[in-house]
Amino acid sequence: MSAAATEIPYDMEPHPLTRMYNGKFGIWLFLASEIMLFGALFSSYVLLRVGAPEGTWPIIGAPTVLGHEILNVPLAALNTVILISSSVTMLMSWYYLKENKFSRGQFFLLMTVLLSCGFLVVKYFEYNSKLHHYLVEFDAPLVVDGEQVSYSRTYPTAEGERTVHYLHGHITETVKDEDGYVEYYKFAADARKPDHGHAHDDGADHGDSHAGAHPEIELRPSDYRRMSNWGPAGSTFTGIYFTLTGLHGLHIVGGVVVMVYFLLTGGSMWKKLPDKYANRIECTGLYWHFVDLVWIFLFPVLYLL
Amino acid sequence: MAANAEAHQAELKKYLMVFGALLVLTAVTVGVSYIPWLAANHVLAIAVALLVAGVKGSLVACYFMHLLDERGMIFWILALCVLFFITLLLLPVVTSSEVVAGHADKLYGVGK
Repeated sequence: MSAAATEIPYDMEPHPLTRMYNGKFGIWLFLASEIMLFGALFSSYVLLRVGAPEGTWPIIGAPTVLGHEILNVPLAALNTVILISSSVTMLMSWYYLKENKFSRGQFFLLMTVLLSCGFLVVKYFEYNSKLHHYLVEFDAPLVVDGEQVSYSRTYPTAEGERTVHYLHGHITETVKDEDGYVEYYKFAADARKPDHGHAHDDGADHGDSHAGAHPEIELRPSDYRRMSNWGPAGSTFTGIYFTLTGLHGLHIVGGVVVMVYFLLTGGSMWKKLPDKYANRIECTGLYWHFVDLVWIFLFPVLYLL
Repeated sequence: MAANAEAHQAELKKYLMVFGALLVLTAVTVGVSYIPWLAANHVLAIAVALLVAGVKGSLVACYFMHLLDERGMIFWILALCVLFFITLLLLPVVTSSEVVAGHADKLYGVGK
């Protein structure tokens, strides 16, 4: 290589101390800081989970403490496969660039972008279904046509026992008065899953009368104490779920931006310095595999445990 | 040059084998989460899930990120990072074991 006066040392050849070119060492240091960023949030997850009062994890009324009581495991498993595949296409892209096959390399980079977009689309559907699912809490049992439709759970607290009356379900229609205020919501309550484990149910819950028997209830704002969707403010679990998967999703978006940039400008970079372009794809790949690695831990922690 | 091309082919094959292993392990971790007696035994379920995730993560780091080939200082920087990461994870568990029995025990669901 003809050494120009302005050439940056160890731009391409390994630095004697770090034994890698500087760009690669830089991305590794960045990933080290990323480990600590996600580490802090994983640690928060453990803290919140260990400290969660009994019966509130992942959400009030869930039969067990597993995340999949309110999350979609098949969709997340699909996303795991998509992300692992995108890691492999990213590797293939670098592999073919090293083999001096530029168009093949770019093809696999494009595949990586498409798979990443697939991941984001699946994530959109997952988020959307959470944001349209509601937890309603009542001060007293909700009685419709002489029949109790809400469920209840009793929790031990420092001041004695506290009973929460609640319903989960979807708003199917919002009816407003002429001033634009909500008059009532048409609410489709979830069919109740059978409880197992050590839930504290009151006697009224043990009949079969509730099992999906109330397709639609009219809920007036005066009827309930609090209605919240399964969004970040829905429960402690949904809060940390959205924080962790949201931060991870932003990393995916960031990766896609970089890859699209290389798809658009890769041609001219390749013509000037092909080896340097392959190195850039290697660094992008290192970041991408890290994002994949984070998901590999997020998936079981949030969905399966 | 021919030997070089052969080595490259082997590399490609290695990636695809790791890919296959990752898919199998994903199926395993989802599959075992549906076993009722394992789900009922939380400590074991957590251990199994984290073990599988740990193996998958190591495969990605070692083969996709070529960490096995890195013998430079970055290896030790990352090792230190992982040590701090594990410390962070254990911190909440260690502190929660410091709760001293009292009337608030029922609030936290401990001491039963």
